[in-house]
This record gives sequence, C-alpha cells and structure tokens, in this order.
Amino acid sequence: MNLLQKMYKRRKRIDNYKTVLVTVAAFIFAFIFLLPIILTITNSFMSSSEISANYGSIFATTEKGGKIFISKTVNLKFIPDMVTFSQYFTVLFKSPQYLIKFWNSIIYTVPIVAVQLGIATLAAYGFSRYDSKVKRVIFFAYIIMMLMPYQVTLVPNFLVSKALGIIDTRWSIWLPGFFSPFAVYLLTKFMRRIPTEVIEAASIDGAGEWYIFSRINMPLCKGGIASIAILVFFDFWNMVEQPLILLTNTDLHPLSVFLSKINSGEISLAFAVAVIYLVPPLLIFLYGEDYLVEGISYQGGIKG
Amino acid sequence: MSANEKKGMISWLFLLPSIVGVLLFFVAPFMVVIYYSMINNPIQKRFVGFANYINVWGNDAFKLAGMNTLKFSFMAVPLAVLLSLFLAAVMESRIPFKSYFRSFFLSPLMVPTASIVLIWQVMFHYNGLVNNFTALFGADKIDWLKSDKAYIVIVALFLWKNLGYNMILFMSALASIPKELLEVAALENASKMQVFWLIKVRYLSSTILFVTIMSLINSFKVFREVYLMTGDYPVTSLYLLQHFMNNTFASLDYQKLSAAAIIMFIVVTALVYVMYAVENFYGKDVEG
Repeated sequence: MNLLQKMYKRRKRIDNYKTVLVTVAAFIFAFIFLLPIILTITNSFMSSSEISANYGSIFATTEKGGKIFISKTVNLKFIPDMVTFSQYFTVLFKSPQYLIKFWNSIIYTVPIVAVQLGIATLAAYGFSRYDSKVKRVIFFAYIIMMLMPYQVTLVPNFLVSKALGIIDTRWSIWLPGFFSPFAVYLLTKFMRRIPTEVIEAASIDGAGEWYIFSRINMPLCKGGIASIAILVFFDFWNMVEQPLILLTNTDLHPLSVFLSKINSGEISLAFAVAVIYLVPPLLIFLYGEDYLVEGISYQGGIKG
Repeated sequence: MSANEKKGMISWLFLLPSIVGVLLFFVAPFMVVIYYSMINNPIQKRFVGFANYINVWGNDAFKLAGMNTLKFSFMAVPLAVLLSLFLAAVMESRIPFKSYFRSFFLSPLMVPTASIVLIWQVMFHYNGLVNNFTALFGADKIDWLKSDKAYIVIVALFLWKNLGYNMILFMSALASIPKELLEVAALENASKMQVFWLIKVRYLSSTILFVTIMSLINSFKVFREVYLMTGDYPVTSLYLLQHFMNNTFASLDYQKLSAAAIIMFIVVTALVYVMYAVENFYGKDVEG
C-alpha cells in the first residue's frame, strides 16, 4: 500500500470517528429536547397516588386525608408503576370544566386560522400582482405591524373592542386574529416566487383576475398556505396574552390559560389535561411536518 | 382606463378585506392610542404634551419591566441565533438519521406552553430534578424560579422552544449557497474557518437578520412561560413588560397604557431598524 492510500484511509477513519461522535452528541441533545414531552405523556398514565408520591414535595397536594407517602425530593419515573387511564377517564367524563375550556380553544383557533388564511390569501395575491409604490408602502406597514409584540398591539385591540362593545365576548379574540398581518406577509413572499410568466401567459389568454387567482395561483400556493395555517394554528392554540386582557370572564378562557390555574388538589389530572391539549398540535405536526419545514424555509430573508 | 390599469384596480379589490380590517383593528385604534398618550384623561381630554411619557419613563415598575425584558432579549436572542446556526451546521454535515433529528429539534415548536409548564416546574422547583442533578456535583440547592437565577431558566425554555424553527431557516439558507463558490474555495485551499466566516456567514447575512428579528419578536412571548409558571406576581427579576401592561390594564389607566405602548413601539422599531442597517452594510455585495 502506498503512502497516499494510507493517508487517505487514515483520514477516512478520522472522519468516521467524527461522524459517530457528532451523531452521539446529536442524540443526547435530541433526547434533552424530547424529554419534557415524553415525561408529560408518561406521567399522564400514572395513578393520582403515584403522582402525589412522586411530586408531592412540589405541588403539595392534600389528597383526601392524604395518607400518602411523600418523598422529599421528586422521584422521576419514565414508566408508571401501573399504567392507568383513570386520569383521562376523570378528565373526559367527570370534570366538564376542562372539556369546556378545550372547546373554547377550538372555537377560537379554528375560525381564526380559516378566516385569517382566507383574507390573507386574497391580500397576498393583491400585493404580489401589479406592484406599485403605494402597495410597497402599505406592505412595509404590514411588516411593522407584524413585528409588534402583544404588549403594543393589545392596547389598540382593547380600545377597539371597548368601542364596539365586544369586550368579554369571543369576538374580541376573533376579530384581531382574523386580520393579523402575519399570514399576509408570509403568503405574499410565497406568491412573489411564482414565475410571472405563468400568470402573464394566462392573462394573455384572456383569463380574468379571479380565474387566475383561484385556478392558477391557489393550486401553486397550496403548500405555502398549508404551512402558514399550521404556524398560525400553533400560535393561537398557545394564546395567553389576549384572553388575560380581553376576557375577564374566565368561563370564556381557552385551556392554554386555564391549565395553569389548576389547583393543587387536581394536580394528578393536570398531566392528562396537558396531554389532551397537546394532541391536536401533535397530530398536525406529525402529518404536516414536511409542509411546515418547507414553509419555514421559504421565509428567510426579510427583504424578499 | 386602459386594460392594464383596470387589472391594477382589480388587484386592489383583493386587498380590500385585509386593508379594511387592519385599518379598523390596528391602524385607527393606534391613532387613538397616540391621542390618548397626549391627553390628561379620556374625560377632560386636556392636551398635556409629553407629560404621560415622562411619567411612564420615570415609573419604577415600567423601568424594572423594561430592563428585565431587554436584559432577557439581549441574552436570549444572540444565543438563539448562534446555537441554531451551530445546529444547522451540524445537520449539514454527514450524519445519519437527519430527518429524525430535524423532527426532534422542531417538535417543541408545536408544544403549547400550558402543556409543558408542569414538567418545567418539576424540573426547576427547589426540590426538583435540576437540583437533584446538580447536588450530585455538590452544588447547593436553588429555588430556580424564585431566585435571580430565574433568568437562566427562562432563557433555556426560550431556546428549547425556538431553536428548531431557527435551525430550519438556517438549513435552507445554507443549502442555497452556490456550490461553485465552495468548490473554488476548496481548490484555493481555503481553511474551514475562512469558508465559514468569509463565504457562508456573508451569504447567510439576510437570514441571520431574519432569524434575529423573529427571535426578538418571540422573545417578547416568553411572558407565556413566566406567567403560566409563576402567575401574576413573579420574582422581581421576572417582572416583564407584559406583567406591567396587565397591571395597568387592570387599573384602566389609558394614558399610561398608551404612552407605554408607544414607547415600546418606538424601541422595537429602532431595534429592527438598527439590525436592518447592520445587515445592509455587511451583506451589501452579496446577492441573496
């Protein structure tokens, strides 16, 4: 074997070591990332006495007389001593308040995703066709609005809701959500990448704007619309700021806010409720991950 | 009207629903906010100039909340950018199971904060997991969420949630760097460091800007974690601007709210403008 070959082999071996090392590091990192999710799920299958025993020192439950051994420090377990669905049973059939809040979350999030995407698809088409100076100025204003945190936008939202008399109704959450500029911005960027020739060709053939929009533009943007819908869903499913300010009536609160108000007596239910709340986004994530990744990839570069 | 002009008009019809909504729910009330920030109260409506601003600016709670929020953002955002860039670079190298890793790192994005705060509490409580772990090395127990170390926890939670999203942005940007350029660099015996700093980072500059801005926006949402774990009254080091706003909403002090919102509006706009200017300067000779 000549020297060159030897060197090549050696280098390849080092590369292999490196790959193994990086892979192991990545696995450890990934494990840390997944740990909280896994723990929440496995803990939801524990009996309430097991949860009190494990986490009693943290949540200090006084479970009916409480003849339960409470360890001083938490006792983390991946696998429950005995798998039980009793927590789920209680949540689903005996404690309607959680289901009502879950229903609230759906009733806020689903219409917001649908209407925001509908309005945004139209607007994005408007922005991406017949560029003009005025449109650019307006689009810039949308970007500024999109960047503003809730700490800024909630004040105007509150004033409008008050003026319209919709404070403490679902409309105060719905309406600002419908017109949020986030989806408009992302979809416009998506539509600007459609080659103009495609649309020009249709236009020359005599197709009207609505026809071009619905028959040519929409099919080309399906992926983008799906991915942005997913992002908007995650964001509103997770809402905390708006209900705290716009809804003083806690009956109207979504589960995202209510879950933290669970009292210590029901702490054993909390994991099951948390998992139930996690299910819709989890399913969307599992089915839509490729769309999501593609959609995020399109976003980079704020100038575009 | 020419045919083209007519079509231009039609394109405005598509914009109409969005623009009407945005005017009604964001722009018009924002004008009212500006107006409210300059009057003494909504009943007397006496013009007071910048008195409300000076008032808010000198308010101790506002200063505390503002400083805490800024401190958090200045710690969390650079870390979020650097670590996710590092992750993306790792994902770009030859490792197996790439698509699994991608899913794992992205998964926290979908987890609602409310579903996960229980586990955070189990971890960071005085009797919690993290203390059990650090005790193995002889460290003293800390009540993480109630100490001045609470910051570290919140930064960690923020990174956990946002790294995956940023990583995807960087991965797609890294993939779009022209291959010829990297080949030329390899032929010219450029070191890995040179390739990284002189080619990749420059090509990434617009993505770095985007990631920084998105991380900044998301850093204001960390209130969710803080609120759901510690409620209305956290330790002073975790008293954020959203807490201040909530309390001011509760007292219905419109002038204070309005002035505070506008100060924040100006600060956020200024921050974004500065980032934009830096990127323009650094990446100006790169097509991207």
